[in-house]
Amino acid sequence: MDFIAILSIFVLACFVGYYVVWSVTPALHTPLMAVTNAISSVIIVGGLIAAAEAGSDVAKWLGLAAVVLASVNIFGGFAVTERMLAMYKKKDK
Amino acid sequence: MDLSFLAAAGAVLQDTYTVIPEDAAAHGPVNPWVALAYLVAGVFFILALRGLSSPATSRAGNRNGMIGMAIAVVTTLVTHDIANIVEIGIAILIGGIIGVTIARKIAMTAMPELVAGFHSLVGLAAVLVGWAAYLNPGAFGLLGGEGISAVSKVEMGLGIAIGAITFSGSVIAFLKLSGKMSGSPILLPARHVINLGVLAVIIVLAALFAMASGPDETLPLIVALSVLAFAIGFLLIIPIGGADMPVVVSMLNSYSGWAAAAMGFTLGNTAMIITGALVGSSGAILSYIMCRAMNRSFISVIAGGFGADDSGSGSGEPREQRPYKQGSAQDAAYMLEQAEKVIIIPGYGMAVAQAQHALREMADLLEERGVEVKYAIHPVAGRMPGHMNVLLAEASVEYDKVFELEDINSEFAQADVAFIIGANDVVNPAAKTDKSSPIYGMPVFDVDKAKQVFFIKRSMGGVGYAGVDNEVFYMDQTMMLLSDAKKMVEEIVKALD
Repeated sequence: MDFIAILSIFVLACFVGYYVVWSVTPALHTPLMAVTNAISSVIIVGGLIAAAEAGSDVAKWLGLAAVVLASVNIFGGFAVTERMLAMYKKKDK
Repeated sequence: MDLSFLAAAGAVLQDTYTVIPEDAAAHGPVNPWVALAYLVAGVFFILALRGLSSPATSRAGNRNGMIGMAIAVVTTLVTHDIANIVEIGIAILIGGIIGVTIARKIAMTAMPELVAGFHSLVGLAAVLVGWAAYLNPGAFGLLGGEGISAVSKVEMGLGIAIGAITFSGSVIAFLKLSGKMSGSPILLPARHVINLGVLAVIIVLAALFAMASGPDETLPLIVALSVLAFAIGFLLIIPIGGADMPVVVSMLNSYSGWAAAAMGFTLGNTAMIITGALVGSSGAILSYIMCRAMNRSFISVIAGGFGADDSGSGSGEPREQRPYKQGSAQDAAYMLEQAEKVIIIPGYGMAVAQAQHALREMADLLEERGVEVKYAIHPVAGRMPGHMNVLLAEASVEYDKVFELEDINSEFAQADVAFIIGANDVVNPAAKTDKSSPIYGMPVFDVDKAKQVFFIKRSMGGVGYAGVDNEVFYMDQTMMLLSDAKKMVEEIVKALD
């Protein structure tokens, strides 16, 4: 993809991130860190490509290792966020 | 992308590595449907964070995150060679089982070290992907006629460097937070010179890497770059003390995002770029909030050394013995019962003592007697942003009773009791009055305005993280409850029954 096109997406996403994150309630800052951690593991995409494509055996194994690490984060991050969020309750009186 | 400006560079890479299938090697136009799918995944990630604006919508937000991730993974798998699908499946399964097991078993008090540990994995994954892209550029569509383009190499080098810093920095943060390594700062002589020097060398190496051609030239450069980046992550975090960890964890959170974004640039993947930008800004904003709540500049936190023996005014001088009032659980229970309004201020000590459940029981008993109970949370209470809120939520404290500093500080004047459990610096009035204090300027709770103050503390010995004495101990209306936080609260509960 064109570098400028990618850069535009990046810069705009930074602004989106800025406004979205300021609107997160401080009470949920710990779940915010857990969930951002889970989604930043979208880097698994890079690992999958390296593991799937022919060309270099070393790259394939590096890719597979990256897939394992990112999977720990994805499953662990979403699961622990879910567990935390389930605990936030409102007064039911 | 126009690769012709690098025409001088030889096509050595292509010959050195095993033959790449023609279609994968071609740097052709990206399939618009694939690009669209990654964009949709990115939008779901934005919705995931948006959901966290209130606890009511937060779980739907988390689900959106999962959907986004599923879209990204499935898209990648269906659009690439799936010759190794079994190995990939096994890799995901192994990671998934480990992740879910950890997530289920982890204690809520251990959340800071868990998050730090998870950050290190993102960092390492970024390094591995960067290396894989370097070794097999054809798979990622990075191979033009003249090898990898300079722009791609800059992005790759940056991704590897940021990933490596995130990894080693997070490992140190994890060790410090979990108590496997002392939380006190480790100060190397001339550390600022060393750190800046290493950073400068990394930048130079990245530039050389971008300009070099052929594996003979690029390989040593990328190895050196990776090794130095691992080293700098380590060097940056060891001088930072335990109570500055909220900033460090947020900062590493931010780095893990920038690492993902840099990889997104390398691979031209919009999902990675959007996510990286979101996570990067999220961590940066949290770092800023934490620094503001301590009235310290980001630079001074990163420079480290806060809380070390050679800094701070209090720790070196012998402290005079001043009279204070000590009370028992029975005294506290009696006065709490008589109160109309009680504000509880939890701190890291509550987390260490695991006192949150007992505290909730105490609050329940008081509420049965018609006492109004509220919780006041300082932004830097605990070891990561929002740490106290999670612990109180775990103990089933309703979130609408939990208030932030600026929302509740004016209420202390009407409070009968300020109940301080495991907090210290965040209630120290020296932050408002004593210009020589290391915590001067930090926003603190006005507990001195409450009619009565109960201060649960292990002993009179420790004086909080900043190493400064606290006037609150010696006020007329203060009663010190010297004991383990959990034990003391349990005794109060018993006395209330």
